[in-house]
Amino acid sequence: MIISTLMPNLNKTNLARRTILTGLVSCALAGPVFALDKRVATQLVDQLVGEINTAIDSGMSETKLIGRFERIFADYADVNIIARAALGPAARSAEPAELEAYVAAFRGYIARKYGKRFHEFVGGKIIVTGTNDRGNFFEVMAVTELRGSAPFDVSFRVSDRSGQNLFFDIIIEGISLLSSERVEIGALLDARKGNIATLARDLADLG
Amino acid sequence: MFKRLPIFAVASLVMVVSACSPRQGAVADDPFERLNRSSHAFNKGLDRNILSPLSKTYTDVVPDPVEDSVSNFARNLSLPGKVVNNALQLDLSSAARNSARFALNSTVGLVGLFDPSQKIGLVEKNTDFGETLQGWGVAEGAYLELPLFGPSNMRDGLARFVDMLLLDPASQILKPPVSEYRTASTMGALLQTRQIYGAQIDEVLYGSADSYAQSRLVYLQSRRFELRDIASDDYIDPYAEFE
Repeated sequence: MIISTLMPNLNKTNLARRTILTGLVSCALAGPVFALDKRVATQLVDQLVGEINTAIDSGMSETKLIGRFERIFADYADVNIIARAALGPAARSAEPAELEAYVAAFRGYIARKYGKRFHEFVGGKIIVTGTNDRGNFFEVMAVTELRGSAPFDVSFRVSDRSGQNLFFDIIIEGISLLSSERVEIGALLDARKGNIATLARDLADLG
Repeated sequence: MFKRLPIFAVASLVMVVSACSPRQGAVADDPFERLNRSSHAFNKGLDRNILSPLSKTYTDVVPDPVEDSVSNFARNLSLPGKVVNNALQLDLSSAARNSARFALNSTVGLVGLFDPSQKIGLVEKNTDFGETLQGWGVAEGAYLELPLFGPSNMRDGLARFVDMLLLDPASQILKPPVSEYRTASTMGALLQTRQIYGAQIDEVLYGSADSYAQSRLVYLQSRRFELRDIASDDYIDPYAEFE
């Protein structure tokens, strides 16, 4: 559900700006990490939003779009920590190999889950409105502008504690992606009697 | 006699709710989980078999402008109750705004069928007695899923009944047939809302591995967000957990 709300539609950002942003992102990813401050956190989310807009506006097939989202998540989100946090305490006791398989499966799962719903939101946009320093992380706040529906608040929590500047949670109208996935993954794991290897295998078909 | 009741009822309610107030922190304080899960199964069946299909039929059959007017009518009549709560919260600017909305929509808006206030930026300040109690320092208490009414908590669940029975001037003043139109329009508004948020609701109820736990999370986090309840920031700091 989070997801659905999330998918911001991307309205047309101008092409030149997009190209520049894409260029910047590539440099940022290749080069050294900029020290995280308010400005850098805001820029990161601006770029992220621009990429999502581009993907949705491109009119590509759902399969391609999902692949694109997997890349966007890989570039901007700390999927490793999101996957582990979603697993909760079970992540601590997991065998390294099964944890690795689970995280890999989670990457595809989360990209599919979001990717499928993004195109429902074509025709709107997300506008970054400000950034708060929350101590351990920065919270970049935004609102959506959607056709025919009331605006809603979205915030991205960004941290450099992985060694890179990445977001680790998206909060839409108060509802956290991370909390929601912890509930979901927790329920899936319970249904498999705590077997992470089975969960990793089944995640390939979920999302 | 009913008129005297409110003050005592409210006072004792506050005491009851405060007494069972809660530890903060965990996303859900849910000692009634077994009972709540039964309510959830009932509510889900109700949605699957009645609310969801009825909502589809209603929104397919009724033209959009009529749906909007039905919902506007219901919403307009809920404003006096909101003004009462604005006043109890000493939020006089919202009380004035909601009163002005009610006056304009009831007259120019033809007994509330239209919403001219919206067009001039006079938007509603939504509130309820749960928010009033929060302002008085009452914590949310244990999670509850109420049959028919859905996810709630001790504070807001009890507050909902106070709103309906004691703090709603419209329900005390209106006589049939207008009170019946109101009930019907409230049902219409519910069916329209079910349709508008259909994708999200379906995802939580039918697309998640544990729809009870997922609706509990969605309710608690969105309610705290709505009430700006920053005291119970239950968001996960994943880095702190793995350090």
